[in-house]
Amino acid sequence: MSTGVSSLLRALTLPASLLALAEVWLRESGYSGDAIALPSDVALACARALIDGTLVLSTAQTIGAAMLGLLFGGGLGVLAGVWFGLSRSARHLSVLSIELLRPVPSVALIPLAMLLFGFGVRMETSVVSFACFWPMLLLTQAAVRQVEPRLFEVARLLGLAPIERMLKLVLPAAAPRIFVALRISVGVALVVAVTVEIAANPYGLGYLAITSQQNLRPDLMLATVAWIGLIGWALNRLLVRVQTLVFATHARTLATVVEAA
Amino acid sequence: MSSALVAELRTTRPNTRAAEPLLQCERLSLDLGGRRIINDLNFSLARGEFVCVIGPSGSGKTTLLRLLAGLVAPSTGAVLRDGEPVRAPSHDVAVVFQDYGKALLPWRTVAGNVSLALEAVGMSRAECGERIERLLAQVGLASHGTKYPHELSGGMQQRLQIARCLAQEPAVLLMDEPFGALDAMTRQTLQDEIATLAQRAGTTVLFITHDLEEAIYLGDRVLALAANPGHAKSSVAQFVPVELPRPRDQLATRELPEFLRLRRRLFDCVHERHQ
Repeated sequence: MSTGVSSLLRALTLPASLLALAEVWLRESGYSGDAIALPSDVALACARALIDGTLVLSTAQTIGAAMLGLLFGGGLGVLAGVWFGLSRSARHLSVLSIELLRPVPSVALIPLAMLLFGFGVRMETSVVSFACFWPMLLLTQAAVRQVEPRLFEVARLLGLAPIERMLKLVLPAAAPRIFVALRISVGVALVVAVTVEIAANPYGLGYLAITSQQNLRPDLMLATVAWIGLIGWALNRLLVRVQTLVFATHARTLATVVEAA
Repeated sequence: MSSALVAELRTTRPNTRAAEPLLQCERLSLDLGGRRIINDLNFSLARGEFVCVIGPSGSGKTTLLRLLAGLVAPSTGAVLRDGEPVRAPSHDVAVVFQDYGKALLPWRTVAGNVSLALEAVGMSRAECGERIERLLAQVGLASHGTKYPHELSGGMQQRLQIARCLAQEPAVLLMDEPFGALDAMTRQTLQDEIATLAQRAGTTVLFITHDLEEAIYLGDRVLALAANPGHAKSSVAQFVPVELPRPRDQLATRELPEFLRLRRRLFDCVHERHQ
């Protein structure tokens, strides 16, 4: 435990000194523009927004939309990825469509999503879904194709039914790699959700950042940005913990996957 | 010729009951990537028989096993099981692969790996537990049920794969160089164990190996395959009956004049084919 605390303290040394330096430099130079705020003011704004609930509500909205999008897009991506991974003909049929659709930036779909759904959670979720679908599809497909071919033979020899083959062999074998895909997609979902909020949706953390900018509140704007970073970091930490807990028995496979990711 | 061999077999293995073959290859050929791997192969496996297959690399040993298991279909000819053509794998034909590390499920415990074979036939969990215990005891893994495969030594992992195959209650056990990756001591122990297990259960075994002595020590007959048979000659180079008394002994059997004679005969055969 004490080593954990001390390593955290050591990791905090650099960002803390940079912030202190910025604070001193801004105060000394007498800067009074609207782009940057004193770190202490940013911290104060963050605390206030947390207490009055603005930040909490915005966070719930952003994370809610991001997770819904991840659930839909990522879920479809896993299903399609397993299918394309197992079936050569499905893979050949889909490869051109995937290569044509995948490069479309998800934010380019905001106008279409607005026409379809108007403002609100459905519009944001649809764009996030599109963005999450691709990494989940491609990485799941790769994960399934990397399942040891010998295991498919074992399944045939044991006479496992197709559904059992899927649940007892393919999915567990591909699970560590699919989980890495999930970690990547969580990051994508958060980025896209905030982008949609900054560009269009009057909603969530992105909207809070852009309105603070328009209201000449750089302290609240920067507080929101820092908060978004903090959320991304916390989500990733959480997933890494889950990964080590769930896939402890996969230790060897996992080591190679994590190195690759 | 083959009926004479079967007759010989019955003198060495009195527990073989039926004269009609269990598995039969009829003019079996297989082309892979434009190359003839196996050509005009004829042989039959009697019930309870232990046949070892040797041959230089590229002679289609593994391919023969895959044909017998129903994992691949022959180009011409047929594999017959009780007179019926084999078209797909059957639950009572089990295969032990050489690469045990790849054939086991790393996320399942030792017991869980054996359980997979029982789940495939829809056995209830309660029934499974008892069966698994018995199977693990049979292969000497009784106290390792809750471990994961990567916690076991190579020999133990191969034992586990054998236990999973025994869970299929196989009529035919096909083994593809099962002990090839193991050290000499483990190898000898497992040779004796598999011979005993097969004899006790009356299982028919086809055992592929690149080790001549292993083939002679274990087999009732040894089938030597020829490399690159082409379209003209048969894949079968030699079919040698092994008339060594059972139970065999790692030291005594290997010192018998008959053992040495067979080793010389097969060595010459395989050696000649190499050139």
